[in-house]
Amino acid sequence: MAQSLAKEFTKGLWAEIPPFRLVLGLCPTLAVTKSVENGIGMGLATTFVLVFSNLLISLLRNVIPTKVRIACYIVIIATFVTIVELVMQAYTYPLFLKLGIFIPLIVVNCIVLGRAEAFASKNNPVMALADGLGIGIGFTLSLASLGAVREILGAGTITIWGGSPIFDLSHWFHPFTFMVEAPGAFAALGLMLAGMNLIGKK
Amino acid sequence: MREMISMIVVLTVLASVSGGLLAAVKSGTELRIEEQVLKFQKAPAIESLFSDVTNDPLKERFNLDTGETTIQIFPGKMPDGSMAVAFETLGKGGYGGDIGLMVAIDMDKDQLVGARVTTHAETPGLGSRAKDDLTFVSQFNDKSLDTNLALKADDGTISAISGATVTSRAITRAAIEAQTLYNDLKPEIMKQIQ
Repeated sequence: MAQSLAKEFTKGLWAEIPPFRLVLGLCPTLAVTKSVENGIGMGLATTFVLVFSNLLISLLRNVIPTKVRIACYIVIIATFVTIVELVMQAYTYPLFLKLGIFIPLIVVNCIVLGRAEAFASKNNPVMALADGLGIGIGFTLSLASLGAVREILGAGTITIWGGSPIFDLSHWFHPFTFMVEAPGAFAALGLMLAGMNLIGKK
Repeated sequence: MREMISMIVVLTVLASVSGGLLAAVKSGTELRIEEQVLKFQKAPAIESLFSDVTNDPLKERFNLDTGETTIQIFPGKMPDGSMAVAFETLGKGGYGGDIGLMVAIDMDKDQLVGARVTTHAETPGLGSRAKDDLTFVSQFNDKSLDTNLALKADDGTISAISGATVTSRAITRAAIEAQTLYNDLKPEIMKQIQ
């Protein structure tokens, strides 16, 4: 039991990491990884929603009628996303402004609905919790690393939390601003995906 | 039939519980959100406009009901004794959406103290210059209240930021709305200040 619990948790950290392995949730991945801070913020918000919606959906899995299950999942997910949004507005206002419209878009993030449908509705709450936590943390790590690549190359800084960079290399080289723009997001994501496929290839 | 009832019941209960939970969270965070909006969005503009007032505009703020909306008014006692008020208006038609403008008006002299951009989604480096660089908004400093605050291109007196006409126009719309709003609300404001 403990072993399969650990397995459900760790699969989200490598084998089934979104967006690289599951290739889900690409929209926020491309949009909010202009800096490490934004990536971490978005990742944590999504993890909160994933964990609680997985937990609740798993608890209610025998109560929700099959024919209206998607509608019920959406209500549950949207509620948690709205809670996250209000809490962010109240406690991390600058980050809330930076993430903007992508916070409410967590509702339609395929990762959340995907895990609800594929896992939470078919497993017990403890497993669902582990799954949600693992995938959420994996997502946060992906966003943070993609954000790091884009921010270092595109702006010469790394900003972890609080708005000011922990170091600033932009005086040493002319930043490759392509990286912080939309095309750079696609390029960086594609290259990282290729790299991960290469590493994972047996 | 039983299936249909169960679907309706589950969805209704779920929706009601969610609604209740969200209402609770909203009212729980309302105060704190207002503080945050004030601190990050409005306070910098107020501090810039009312840098040498003798009172605390943020502490003495009050709300006015215009019938359609509620406006937050920040009173400022200028160093020469005259009373000024600042409030935020929204300029429609910015490049990336509405632009927020905090406008300060000297009530005794009937002229603008100045204006500062609060919120915007304009192009970084172009329209965003309206907030980062004070050259454009300083055109509103000390303008009498009956000046035409439209862009020169629209028969007014304000020069647009070069390369950011859409942004500039939206800001002038906010300024003009502030003029109109002030004229409508002046009696109410006077009552509150006393």
